[in-house]
Amino acid sequence: MAITEAPKIVTSRMGYEDSHTIERYLATGGYEALRKAVKMTPEAVAAEVDAASLLGRGGAGFPAGRKWSMLRKAQTTYLVVNGDESEPATFKDHLLVERDPHQLVEGVLIAAYALQVTKVFIYLRGEFALGLERVQQALNDAYDKGAAGSDIFHSGYSVDVVVHPGAGAYICGEETALLESLEGKRGFPRIKPPFFPAAIGLYGEPTVVNNVETMSNLPWIINNGGAAFAALGAGRSTGTRLFALSGRVKNPGVYELEMVKTTFRDLIYAPVLGGGILDGNDLKAFIPGGVSAPWFGPEHLDLPLGQDEVGEAGSMLGSGSIVVMDSSTCAVRAALRITKFFARESCGQCTPCREGSGWLKRVLNRIESGEGREEDLDLLLDVCDNIAPGLTWPPQQTTICVLGPSIPSSIHSAILMFRDEFLHHVKDGACPYA
Amino acid sequence: MPEETQTRNDSDHGESHGEGAPDPGEVTMTLDGRTISARRGEVVIKAAERAGTYIPRFCYHPRMKSVGVCRMCLVEVSGPRGSTLQPSCYVEVADGMEVSTKSEKVKKAQDGVLEFLLVNHPLDCPVCDKGGECPLQDQTLAYGPGESRFIEEKRHFEKPVVLSDLVLLDRERCIQCSRCTRFASEVAGEAQIDFAGRGEQVEVAAFPDTKFTSYFSGNTVQICPVGALTASPYRFSARPWDLDQVESTCTTCSVGCRVAVQSSLNRLTRILGIDSEPVNHGWLCDKGRFVFESVNGDEVSGGRYEGEVRETGSNLATRISEPLVKKDGTLVPVSWNEALRVAAKGLLKAKEAGGPEAIGVIGGARLTNESAYAWAKLAKGVIGTDSVDAQIGDGLSSELVLSLPRATIDEASNAEVVVTLCGDIREELPVLFLRLRESVVAHKTSLIEIAPCPTELTKFAEAFIAIRPGDAPAIAGALTRDGRLDAALSNHPEGAAASADALGIATRLLASTGTDKERGRGRRVVVVVGRQSMAEGSAPVEEAARILARELPEAKFLFALRRGNVFGAIDMGLAPGLLPGRVELDAGRRWFEAAWGAVPDRRGRDTTSMLMSLSGDESIEEGNEISPTRALLAIGADPLSDFPDRALAVAAIDRAEFVVAVTGHRGELASIADVVLPVAVSHERPGTTTNIEGRVTRLGHKVVAPGHAWPDWMIASELAGSLGGDLDVDSVEGIRNEIANLAPAYLGLSNEVMSSSWARDGVVVPIDVNDESVRSNRHEVLLVDPVALPGVDSVERQGAPPRVGSAGPPVAESEEPRRDARDPVEVPQIVGRDRRDNSSGVTGFQTPPADSYSLRLVAQRCLYDSSSAVASSPSLSTLVSFARVRANGYDLDRLGVKTGDLVKLRSARGSLVLEAHVDSQVPRGVAVVGFNLPLAASNGSNGSNGSGGAGGARDDEDGVINAVSMLIDASSVVNDVRMESL
Repeated sequence: MAITEAPKIVTSRMGYEDSHTIERYLATGGYEALRKAVKMTPEAVAAEVDAASLLGRGGAGFPAGRKWSMLRKAQTTYLVVNGDESEPATFKDHLLVERDPHQLVEGVLIAAYALQVTKVFIYLRGEFALGLERVQQALNDAYDKGAAGSDIFHSGYSVDVVVHPGAGAYICGEETALLESLEGKRGFPRIKPPFFPAAIGLYGEPTVVNNVETMSNLPWIINNGGAAFAALGAGRSTGTRLFALSGRVKNPGVYELEMVKTTFRDLIYAPVLGGGILDGNDLKAFIPGGVSAPWFGPEHLDLPLGQDEVGEAGSMLGSGSIVVMDSSTCAVRAALRITKFFARESCGQCTPCREGSGWLKRVLNRIESGEGREEDLDLLLDVCDNIAPGLTWPPQQTTICVLGPSIPSSIHSAILMFRDEFLHHVKDGACPYA
Repeated sequence: MPEETQTRNDSDHGESHGEGAPDPGEVTMTLDGRTISARRGEVVIKAAERAGTYIPRFCYHPRMKSVGVCRMCLVEVSGPRGSTLQPSCYVEVADGMEVSTKSEKVKKAQDGVLEFLLVNHPLDCPVCDKGGECPLQDQTLAYGPGESRFIEEKRHFEKPVVLSDLVLLDRERCIQCSRCTRFASEVAGEAQIDFAGRGEQVEVAAFPDTKFTSYFSGNTVQICPVGALTASPYRFSARPWDLDQVESTCTTCSVGCRVAVQSSLNRLTRILGIDSEPVNHGWLCDKGRFVFESVNGDEVSGGRYEGEVRETGSNLATRISEPLVKKDGTLVPVSWNEALRVAAKGLLKAKEAGGPEAIGVIGGARLTNESAYAWAKLAKGVIGTDSVDAQIGDGLSSELVLSLPRATIDEASNAEVVVTLCGDIREELPVLFLRLRESVVAHKTSLIEIAPCPTELTKFAEAFIAIRPGDAPAIAGALTRDGRLDAALSNHPEGAAASADALGIATRLLASTGTDKERGRGRRVVVVVGRQSMAEGSAPVEEAARILARELPEAKFLFALRRGNVFGAIDMGLAPGLLPGRVELDAGRRWFEAAWGAVPDRRGRDTTSMLMSLSGDESIEEGNEISPTRALLAIGADPLSDFPDRALAVAAIDRAEFVVAVTGHRGELASIADVVLPVAVSHERPGTTTNIEGRVTRLGHKVVAPGHAWPDWMIASELAGSLGGDLDVDSVEGIRNEIANLAPAYLGLSNEVMSSSWARDGVVVPIDVNDESVRSNRHEVLLVDPVALPGVDSVERQGAPPRVGSAGPPVAESEEPRRDARDPVEVPQIVGRDRRDNSSGVTGFQTPPADSYSLRLVAQRCLYDSSSAVASSPSLSTLVSFARVRANGYDLDRLGVKTGDLVKLRSARGSLVLEAHVDSQVPRGVAVVGFNLPLAASNGSNGSNGSGGAGGARDDEDGVINAVSMLIDASSVVNDVRMESL
C-alpha cells in the first residue's frame, strides 16, 4: 500500500491563506459546478452523485445517493446539513467549515437543486464561532452573486439557506436530535421507527440530512463526473476521505487520502502523514473511527482505510478519526476519558445510557485512582452488556439512539486488550502511568 | 406484578366476532409461545396486558403518547433482522409477530434497567410519601435483580424544589420518565415544566420566572411513578397503608369525574382520579383534587408552602357543626329540636301571611340526588311552593336545558363539529376542557368558538367569533343562515369584518356537516351552551340555543352549568315549573298528586324573581299571580356571594322576614340567617349525583360529618315533620327506590341497579333500552394498572347488567314502575321527548345599544374564586386572585390608562375601583372582570353609589368577596359600565 496521487477533492484550497474568501473561491473554479448543475435536470445531478457511490461522511457511511433516492416516493421538503461535529478527536468538518466555507455552500446548493428543496438548514456546532461567521459570510456572498436565493444563476430555481448554530450538545449531532433542536426543542433523539428523516423529518416533513464533508464533495463530483469519483478508492469505499489523526503521533492533523489504497500504517507512520509515534515509542493501540469505535491493536495496522474493510475487522471507520495510543498511554485513563465524555453528553432520555454512563465513569474513576476491585472488571463488562447486549459489533442496543451502545466500546476494548493493566491498577492501588 | 392485574370485565375477553372470516381489525401474533389476537394499531404492551401478561413499565401511560424512554418494557421481537429488544410500549402489533417477554435476554434487560434506575434513586422509601404505593418499589420487588452492585456515591440535590404552591419536587427521586412533563404539554397544553440539564443531571424544572400554575398540575403528582412529585396538601401527611378508600364522584363542578377518596382517622387526606372511560380518563383539575380540604374544615392560614409542613389549624374552623338560632340578634347553638321548631315556626308564619308561595327555596346544586328529591318533595309536596330554584340567577332556563337533546362528553369529543357558546370551559368545567382539547388537537373535531374573548381552545378553533353581550341570537341566526349579520349588529366592536370572516368559515362548516335527508341538519354537531357572562341575562344565549336547535334539528347539546349537582337538582324538581324526573308541573300533576298528595297549583318564581320580590321591588309583582316571597330557605346556597347582583341580594336578605340557611360551611348568609342548619357535605354522605351529560353515578361516603351535622335529606324529612307533614322517607336507599319508581327520567334506576357493578361508570338517564351501548354499558375494557394510577387502592369492576340471564339492561323489566293497581295515572311525558322546544323562557328581549362612552361588562367565571369551598381549602384559597378589569388598549388609551393603573368602574348599580389591564384579546367596547373574585383590600370599595345601604359592600368590610356583583343589575339583559381613570 502507498499514498496515492489521487486528487485533493475537498482540500484543494487549503494551501491558500485566503481559502475562505469568495475571491479565492471564484479564482479557483468556484461555483462552476453549481452553474453546471442548474443547467442539468435535478435527476441528472442526483444520478451523478449516485454514480459516484459517495458514502456519507458523517459516521454511519450510508450512501448519499440512496439517501436521496429513498425520498423519491415523496417530494423532499427540507435539506439539513449536519455540521455539529463535536466528538473528541473528530475535527475534519471543522477544517472544511473554517477553511473552505464556499465549497460547503456550493455543495449544499447542488444537493438542494438535486432534491428540489426550497429551504435548507446548515446546523453548525455552536462552538465553531469562526466557522459560523465564515459560512454565513460565504452564504451572503453566494446570495450576492446570485448563487443562492431566488432564481439562482437564472435557472428559475430558488432556494433559501439558513445557518443555525447548535447550543453545545454533542447529542445534537444525532440526526433526529438535530432536527428536534432545529425545531426549537430539547435535543432528544427521536424514537424509531420511523427510522429515517426521509419519511418524517423536520417539522414532520420528508427531510434529507447530510454531513458537511459529504456536501463538500459535490462540487468536484459535478465538475469531474461521478465516474471519476467512483474510479478512486475500491469496492464500496470510493473517492477520497478526510482522516483526522490525533494522539501520540508526530504530525497530528487532517489528511485527505484515497480510500482503501492507504493503510493505517501509512497514515500513522508515513513521514508526509503522521510521521510516526512521538518519542519513538511503540504503538499500543489505536481507535480507527472516532471514540465510539472499538480499538485496534498493532496487528491491525495494515488494514486499508476502507469502510467495509474496517467493519469486517470488528470496528468502524466512522467519522474517520484515528486516535493513536502509545506505550505511555494508560488504557484505563483513556477509557475513563472517553466514558466521561459520553456521561457528560448523554441526553438523559433512556435509562441505560443516562444511568449506565455515570456508573461506568465512577467505576473507572475509582480504578484509575487506585481504589478498584478485581470484580469491577466483570461489573464494568456486565454494565456495558446491559447497555449493548452481547457486546457485539455492530452493537445491539437497549436505548433509543446509538450514543448508548457507543459507551461500551472503549471500556470493552480496553479490558479485552489490556486486562493486566486494569489489574495493575487494582493491585498497586495506583495508576502505573501516573 | 401480574397477579395484581385484573380486568374490569372478564366476560368481555376475546369477544367473538362470529365464526369464520377474520376480523380485519385484528392481528394474530405469538406472545411467549402462545397465539393471541390483538387489535391492529395497538402497542404490544397493551395487547399483552389484555392477554394477561403484564410487562413492567414506568414511562408508559395508557392515556398519553408512548415515548419509550424508560426502557423497562423491553421485549424481544423477532423480525427480519433477527430478534431485537424493543420497547413494547412503542412497537405496534403486527400479523405473525413473535414476542417474548420472558426470555433470558429480556430478563437481563429488565434487571439491567431496574438496576440502572436505582443507581441514583435514593433508598429513602421509609420516609418517602410514595413508599407503599410506589411503582418503582413494587416493580423492583417483582422484577429487579434483588441486589444492587452500585457502591459509588449517588447524586444529591437540595430539596425540595417548589414548582408551585401545590406541587413540590424532590429531584433525587426522579427517574426521568417524563410523565409529568408530557402531561403538562400533551394533555394540559401548558408546557410549564420541562427537563433541564443533561445525562444523569437531568431534572424537571419550571422556567426561571414562572411557576407550574396549571389548573391540572395535581395530575402530575398522581402519575409520578416515584416520590419525586408531591402535592403540598398531602406531603408528609399520611402513609398509604394507613389510608382507607372509597370510590366516588367529584361534585366540584358538573363534569362528574370519578375519584378515589382516601382518608385516615376520619380525616380526608387525598383525592385521586380514577380512569372512567366516558368521563375523566383518570384526570382531575386541581380544584377537584384539593378542595376536599374544605371538608376537613381547617383554619385557613393563608400561608403558602415555604419548605415546611403546613401547620393545620384547629379542625372545623370553617365548618358549621351545630344548629344555630338567632337570639337577640346573635346566632347561638341549640338542639336540633329547637332549631327545627324555630325554623318551622318562621316558615309557617310566612305561609299564614302569604300562602305557601310566600316561602322561597334557593339552592340545591350541592345536594345528592336523593337529598334534592327530598327537598323537592318537602317544598312542592309538603309546603306547596313552586318557588324553588337550584340555580342562583347564574344558569339557564331549566325547561330549556331539559327540552333540548343532550350530548354525552364522548359524543362531544367525537363530534364532527363542536360549537361553543358558553363561558371559558377551562375555568368552569376543567376536565371537559381536557376532553375537548384532546379531540380538537387531534383534529378529530372542528371547533367553532363563540366567546367574548379568546380562550385556551381558540388556537385550535376553525373559527373564533368574538361576541358582545346580547349578540348571541344574531350570531346564531347568521351562523345557521348565510353567515351575514343583521344590520342591528353593525356596531360590532371589532368592526363586522373580522368576525364576518370567522362567521363565514363557521357557517360553511356547519352547512357541510351532517345533514340528514329526512331529519335535517346538525347530525354529529354538538353545541355547548352556557352563560358567557354573569353581567348578561340568560335570555340571549337561551334564545341563541333555541335558534340553533331549530335550525340544526339533529344537533345535540351540552349545557355548561357549573354547579356540582345542578343537573341532578333540576332532574329532581328543584326548579320552578318542574317535578322530579324531568316533568313539567302540569304534565306531572296527577302522577305526583297521587304519590305525594299535593303539588303546587302554578309555576313559581326563579331565584331572581324571589330576590326581587323579597327586596320589595314592585315591578316583579306586576301581572304576577303569585303572592310576594316573604321567607327564604337557602339550601347550600348564599345569594349574597353567589348571585350576580349583590345589591339585589343584600336588599332581599335585609328585607326577608325569615331566613333559614342549610349549610356545612360558614359564610356571609350563615352569619345573618335566623336559623342555620348544619349539613353533611361531600364525602360525608352516600348518594348519587347526575352530571352534565345526565350520567348518574354513585357518591362515596368516607368520613363522618362533624358534630351534629345531618345529611340534607334527613333535615328535609325532619323539617317536614315539624311543619306538620311527612316525607315518608327513611333512608337514602329508600329514596333512591322511590325516585326509580316515580321520577319518569329515572325510572328503573333503583338502588339495586345503581349499586351494581354495571353502574360503575354511571348510567345516562333516561335509560334508552334500545341503545346498544346502554344495553351492554361496554366501553374499552380497561385494566387496573397500578403503574398508571399509583395510589389508587383498587378499582371497582365494570360488570355485566345485574339481571343475570336477561338479554336487556335491568330497566327492561322495571320499565313500568310499581304502582298501586287502583291508580290509573299514566307515566307523565318527559320534557322534550316529543318536542324540540317547549320552554317558556323569555323571548323577544331587547338589547339596548351601547353608548360610545360605555363599555359592555363581561363577568367571567374563574376556577379559583371566592366560593366557600375554595375559601375554606387552605391550599386553594391562596390561589384566588383579586378582581381586575381587562379591556382593549384602544379603550384604555382613550382614558390614558395603562396596565396596573387603578380605574373606577361605574354602572347604574354602583361603582368599584379596580386595577386595569390592557389586553389585546379583549374586543373593543368590552370590559372583562372575573366573577366572584375578591376586591383587593387596599383599593377600597365604593359600591354604595350614594344611594343608601342597599347598594353593595358594607363599609366595615375590607374587601368584598364578589366584587363585580356590585356592578350588575340582574334584571337587565346587559350591563354597561363607564370607566374613569383615577
